[in-house]
Amino acid sequence: MHKPALRHTLIASLVAALLAACGQEAPPPPKAEAPKAPEVITVKIGAASPLTGPQAHIGIDIRNGVQLAIDDANAANVEIGGKKVKFEIVAEDDEANPTKATTVAQKLVDAKVAAVVGHFNSGASIPASKIYADAGIPQISPASTNPDYTLKGYKTTFRVVAHDGQQGPVLARFAAKTLGAKTVAVIDDSTAYGQGLADNFEATAKSLGMKVVAREHTTDKDTDFKAILTKIKGRKPDLIMFGGIDPQAGPMVKQMKDLGIKAKYIGGDGMQTPNFIKLAGEAAAEGVMASIPGLPKDQMPGGKAFLEKFKAKFNQEVELFAPMGYDAVMVFIDAMKRAGSTDPAKFLPEVGKTNYQGVIGPIAFDDKGDLKVGPITIYVVKGGKWEPLEIVKPEGDAAPAATAAAGSAPAATAPAAPAAAEAAKK
Amino acid sequence: MEIFTQQLINGLVLGSIYALVALGYTMVYGILGLINFAHGDITMVGALVALTVVQALAAAGVPAPLVLVLAGGCAILVCSLLGLSIERVAYRPLRRAPRLAPLITAIGISILLQYTAALIWGKQYIALPKLLEPAAIDIAGAQLTTLQLAIFVLACGIMALLLWFIKASRMGRAMRATEQNPDVAGLMGVNVDTVIAFTFVVGSAIGAVAGLMVVLYYGIGHYFMGFMLGLKAFTAAVLGGIGNVGGAVLGGLLLGVIESMASGYIGDLTGGVLGSNYRDIFAFLVLVLVLVVKPSGLLGQSGGDRA
Amino acid sequence: MNLSAKVSGNPQLRWALWAAIALLLLTLPFATEALFGRSWVRIIDIALLFVMLALGLNIVVGFAGLLDLGYIAFFAVGAYGYALLASPQFAVHWPFYVLLPLGAAAAAVFGILLGAPTLRLRGDYLAIVTLGFGEIIRVLLNNLNRPVNITNGPRGITLIDPIQLGGVSLAQTHEIAGITLPAVHNYYYVFLFCAVLTIAISLRLQHSRIGRAWMAIRDDELAASAMGIHTRNLKLLAFAMGATFGGVAGGLFASFQGFVSPASFHLIDSIMVLSMVVLGGMGNVAGVVLGAVLLTVLPEALRYIGPLQQRLLGEVLIDPADLRMLLFGLALVLMMLLRPEGLWPVRRRSAKAEAAHGR
Repeated sequence: MHKPALRHTLIASLVAALLAACGQEAPPPPKAEAPKAPEVITVKIGAASPLTGPQAHIGIDIRNGVQLAIDDANAANVEIGGKKVKFEIVAEDDEANPTKATTVAQKLVDAKVAAVVGHFNSGASIPASKIYADAGIPQISPASTNPDYTLKGYKTTFRVVAHDGQQGPVLARFAAKTLGAKTVAVIDDSTAYGQGLADNFEATAKSLGMKVVAREHTTDKDTDFKAILTKIKGRKPDLIMFGGIDPQAGPMVKQMKDLGIKAKYIGGDGMQTPNFIKLAGEAAAEGVMASIPGLPKDQMPGGKAFLEKFKAKFNQEVELFAPMGYDAVMVFIDAMKRAGSTDPAKFLPEVGKTNYQGVIGPIAFDDKGDLKVGPITIYVVKGGKWEPLEIVKPEGDAAPAATAAAGSAPAATAPAAPAAAEAAKK
Repeated sequence: MEIFTQQLINGLVLGSIYALVALGYTMVYGILGLINFAHGDITMVGALVALTVVQALAAAGVPAPLVLVLAGGCAILVCSLLGLSIERVAYRPLRRAPRLAPLITAIGISILLQYTAALIWGKQYIALPKLLEPAAIDIAGAQLTTLQLAIFVLACGIMALLLWFIKASRMGRAMRATEQNPDVAGLMGVNVDTVIAFTFVVGSAIGAVAGLMVVLYYGIGHYFMGFMLGLKAFTAAVLGGIGNVGGAVLGGLLLGVIESMASGYIGDLTGGVLGSNYRDIFAFLVLVLVLVVKPSGLLGQSGGDRA
Repeated sequence: MNLSAKVSGNPQLRWALWAAIALLLLTLPFATEALFGRSWVRIIDIALLFVMLALGLNIVVGFAGLLDLGYIAFFAVGAYGYALLASPQFAVHWPFYVLLPLGAAAAAVFGILLGAPTLRLRGDYLAIVTLGFGEIIRVLLNNLNRPVNITNGPRGITLIDPIQLGGVSLAQTHEIAGITLPAVHNYYYVFLFCAVLTIAISLRLQHSRIGRAWMAIRDDELAASAMGIHTRNLKLLAFAMGATFGGVAGGLFASFQGFVSPASFHLIDSIMVLSMVVLGGMGNVAGVVLGAVLLTVLPEALRYIGPLQQRLLGEVLIDPADLRMLLFGLALVLMMLLRPEGLWPVRRRSAKAEAAHGR
């Protein structure tokens, strides 16, 4: 086992050195010429997400983000504690299944990864977090939005995405302030994501004085929403808010138009996809709004470069969470640098103290390991395409609904996108 | 009132779709006494085939009525062949086996159909390209589209046609004889194998029509869409009295209306304790209730213990 | 056959064989960890849980011939029973020796509740009603978070207590006489104990009066009832017994995972357990154990097919998850058509012997 590994690192470091020598012309690092192999250490980063099954496209997106970050780091010849480090990805498929997630987590621990980026589904991240915590390995989820994930008291658990308790209130404030909605009907898809988003939206909406005239539920497999929509039609709301994903949102919007419902329609990041517009039909989709945590992709600091690099490497567009996966790796490397060690026990405390400028914006964690909220962008369908409408900077953070309401009066809803982008760069 | 009428329309249209699928279950059950678990998935295949044809032709600028006919024709053809081969391969060899055997094969076939479809069409939800612009009819403030009306008429029409066929035609008589007693029917000169194969073909063809309707109505197709639909349709068939063609349609319409009314009104009736989140349970509760109280269903003969 | 005859004829050889099996089972986690890593010990733990589940379903389907398509609901009842009473959800933390029997009892009650009104139905009706029951339980678990939060809905219940044996948590690594025992090893021995117990109970049941009565019902209900067998009560008993196994396995699962959510109890999980029973051979305890182990380990091995396709063909043509489902479906169909008695069929000799005994 040992010898091939050593040889691999040797070859890899030589290649890396050669590449570095070719790439950087101005300062040729003299020591890179000599085979100082023993100085190079290999650090494995785990990536866990669904790589097969119905959510595979999102899981693969995450893995690609991690891969890109690792390639970038290797190209930059990162040195930690005076030693050259070569990073390696260990990607595992959790099948979006809670039981498989724990098996995969154990596999990563067995493989002696220094840190883990994963998982996608909250239902996978939560049981797996226990195994990482037991092994003392830091975990950053790029996509799990269930608030419970960070409430278990593990020091190893972080996320670089806004949780449902953060996105829902922002949507509600946008609905109240910008849209001026007085009455709202709330629908969720009975999943952890959809319901969490809808519940948090509902709580803040109520505290802002909006009237919730109907609270309905469907499932993530349903296609017939006429019954609940008809009920909602009878209540005549200004706005319909849906916590769920595009396969439901699309047909729902279409059936809304069939029934002659004129209310506005808004949802979360799960329905902000091109497929939503296809499923709803362009005519019905027009004017529908949805939010995504973070700045618009092309306005992210370094976002454009990231998108270009991603496209060049994988020959496909970013689906959703690749930037988060990328940043998660960078946060780990940043923490390792500050700690001067690649030993999880040593750099783990530094992860919590992160203050990093990522592709998705500034990254810092609160004491639970949640991302301190950054901006959230509201998109609208215009002419068959999603266009950024407004960037909302939540001042209220993840405060409970009542205090959030008080704090939200001056909530800075930046009117112009570039201004907010400027602010985010600081 | 306007809302009530709308809910009734919603329920009747949803029920018509259940009814179309339920016909397939009930026909096979009538002849073989077998729950063809895979029938919901045959409907799914019909829907996806129709979707594919529409996608291919609509882009080529073929006029909409022709697209519809071709999509329906292809779906019926594929589903009929599928029904025929499933019967031949998976059910016929087990006709004399213990009851459990064909049921388990049926579940296996259902899974095979789903995941083969996933391989062919992928697991994404597929959207129907813009094809029809059904006109809306205003009934006392409630909206009814021509498409909805067509689905309802189609369900009733196919039922009437089937009833007539079974009663009046030679094949229909053979079907009734086989239903009574396959062995005796065989002795009387009925080719039982042909009758059963024919039943599967007709049931699957109706399933294909149902699939086309689902695609047109919801504008969406998915490899897993047949599962819940099949389950609901089976419930409808049992509700009406399984094996009974009229019962399948009655059961379908009733179930559709029950679901629609329940998700529309139960929240207010129970003060928010129950809500539309229990919609899928209503179908099963109805099923259990019917089976316990009147196992032969609403229109079924009381010969419930036939096997 | 030949070997087993030889072994059963020679008490010393038999002893040695049992000792070898026991030794193998006891050292299995260490050997597995050394060879394949700790994750495979975890996979074996899960396999043991499925052995229990499959044996429970085997009582219902294999012994009594009642097709139950909602069996996973009993697993869910056991798991949620444990989760609710040993987690911060209600801030109660009851010990496992209370909760496991309680979960088993709760599952049995559910089994009877389901069975009482439905057991007079014919086989295929029963199948569809049990399927509906399974869905009802899952939908309830998913929705009982409003208006009063009982199950925490789709978010699931987290921070479930691990099993504590005499003040020692199984979820921690322990060192006993210089041997390191990580959590997966601790649970392995607990699960192994429970699995062996279920196997023993199953074997005893199979050859008991009750077991023979079940099989009589399975083979010909009318004849069985004419022989004086109280078919209704016995069918209820089969449901309750099967549910009990599922309930215990569920409780163990909850404590092992530390997290439960409705996502673990889909219809597809019921079908997977059914596939284990059918593949191994309905009614045959050893076969069912084989089926359970095969169908838990095989999908793990199938994972490597994705990267393999990538390497050989440059792209993943068949998603391993799909391939697994296709194989399940194919297994169900082919087993019924070609080998309805399963991979490891019940030996005819025992049937004959039973016939000689019984009459």
